[in-house]
Amino acid sequence: MTTAPVIELRDAGKSYPGGVHALRSVSLTVEEGELLAVVGPSGSGKSTMLNIMGTLDKPTTGTVRVAGYDVSELSDSRLSALRARHIGFVFQHFHLAAGRDAVDNVADGLLYAGVPPKERRARAREALARVRLDHRGSHTPNELSGGEKQRVAIARALVGKPRLLLADEPTGALDTASGGIVMELLHELNASGTTVCVITHDNEIADSLPRRVRFRDGEIVSDIRSGALLDPRTQKAGS
Amino acid sequence: MKNDLRPARLSPRDILRVGAVGLRARRARVVLSALGIAIGIATMVAVVGLSESSRADLMARLDRLGTNLLTAEAGKDAMGQEIKLPRNAVAMVERIGPVQHATASADIDARIRRSDVVPEERTAGVTAQAVRADLLSALGGEVDRGTWLTPAGERLPTTVLGAVAAQRLGVTRTGETIMMNDTRVAVVGILQPLELVPNLDRVAMVGFPAAERYFGFDGHPTTVFERSTDASVADVRAILARTISPGDEMGIKVSRPSDALAAKAATDEGLTTLMLGLGAVALLVGGVGVANTMVISVLERRQEIGLRRSLGATRGAIRLQFLTESLLLSALGGATGALLGAATTYGFASFQGWTAVVPPWSLAGGLAATLLIGVVAGLYPAIRASRLHPTVALNAT
Repeated sequence: MTTAPVIELRDAGKSYPGGVHALRSVSLTVEEGELLAVVGPSGSGKSTMLNIMGTLDKPTTGTVRVAGYDVSELSDSRLSALRARHIGFVFQHFHLAAGRDAVDNVADGLLYAGVPPKERRARAREALARVRLDHRGSHTPNELSGGEKQRVAIARALVGKPRLLLADEPTGALDTASGGIVMELLHELNASGTTVCVITHDNEIADSLPRRVRFRDGEIVSDIRSGALLDPRTQKAGS
Repeated sequence: MKNDLRPARLSPRDILRVGAVGLRARRARVVLSALGIAIGIATMVAVVGLSESSRADLMARLDRLGTNLLTAEAGKDAMGQEIKLPRNAVAMVERIGPVQHATASADIDARIRRSDVVPEERTAGVTAQAVRADLLSALGGEVDRGTWLTPAGERLPTTVLGAVAAQRLGVTRTGETIMMNDTRVAVVGILQPLELVPNLDRVAMVGFPAAERYFGFDGHPTTVFERSTDASVADVRAILARTISPGDEMGIKVSRPSDALAAKAATDEGLTTLMLGLGAVALLVGGVGVANTMVISVLERRQEIGLRRSLGATRGAIRLQFLTESLLLSALGGATGALLGAATTYGFASFQGWTAVVPPWSLAGGLAATLLIGVVAGLYPAIRASRLHPTVALNAT
């Protein structure tokens, strides 16, 4: 079975009442297994891109297909199911639930996918092991460092084995060392087959990724693949 | 590729768990807003419980005292003249078939003072009555201290005081003396309150023979008491006055003392309704408190809502989460209130010496009211939460 691109934007635009164009006619295809950066200064439209790729928002013009589904054709509840099964999010400010331990926080990543509680917790522990935090499972967010919190958030995003992981400034609130670990984890995740898209304003981080899509004023100004780290046509990375 | 993107349903356990998340994080607020509901429910459960307990107690008392006692009291005839019951009134009444027991008392003209140094014009608010020796058993009364009038004692200047009379005169022990007119009379007994005929509580009672001998009593009774079989109370009532004094029956007031007790149960009902209304107002205010808490909770947790939407929560799931939270909040208040109300009922009832009755329907009603309030108070905040746009919610500060 040939797999459709994970993300396919065709002439997608987003404008708000009052003539504000956050995104102007963007076309972008992301294949299974890619690791790319969406990079640009603030106000360039990259956050809008994240929302549209993550189906949290719909474009006002053009079409968006995520995991093969035409987003504009899906009802809110089917979009929610699409997010629950195929998309994982990592946010700059982690969005962890205070007062609940790391395992519970990660297990919440499976809550809306219909996984029974016991299995949720078991898989949460596995996911924590993948971000090398298995020893911190019973700690609450305020007992964790910033880097650890972001690793818990990554575990929550990957616990549902999504095809697409969207990371919005994942290192934005972290020091260099913690940021390094987070990027390392994202690379590992990509190496095991997940499509990863990092939204960032940081050129250094963008340059460390094999594909860089640069935004300015709501438009793509460049789309560069460096080296032959990954052939978009081979489905799996790390092969 | 799977084409069916059907959102998963949360299990009831997960729904409860997710609904409780917000409550666990803000305990002080939860306690305070649940308190409003608790006060309302506690009031209602306690009011119902106490009124039922008091009614049950009244019924038990009526059961014990019997509802088959009738009194016939001398009143005034058509000309406004005081009528006198015949001396043989008791004997006449005893001849009525179903009558099991008849006795009598009579007002006598004797001013009562604590002692002879108290001036005559300062009366103690106690009256004197001549009574037959079998009165106490007919009324189902009990002696608190001392003894009742004995066959010998009813001929002697001795008296038995009603509970209130003893208190007003300051007599606490038998053997003390009081003054009736100018005769020194020994107190041989003090009664417990007479529930069926409370006006005898304020009376100093002497025997018929003693009354005739010392206080110029003419032997005409003022009130005749009789007990018959329960089934024939109405029949006896119909002929009682005529039997006692044919021709004067219009001037004789026949009454059933237990009716007064039963009427008391009915008057309490008005107060119960009022208190229930107050409880309902408290409950309503509590519901507004819950709604307020929920609105604030939704505002504060927009980021959480955004996160849950990104994790795949549908609008319905978000709505259900906040509705559950509201339900749990008010159920917490309701359960606490029901416990408080029941505890109040038990405490107050045992203090009163009643058997506590907490009707199950009052608890069920409280629970139903609680759930209704939870839904009504939570609906608007829950709908608002579910309508939040995911990106707006995520970027909320």
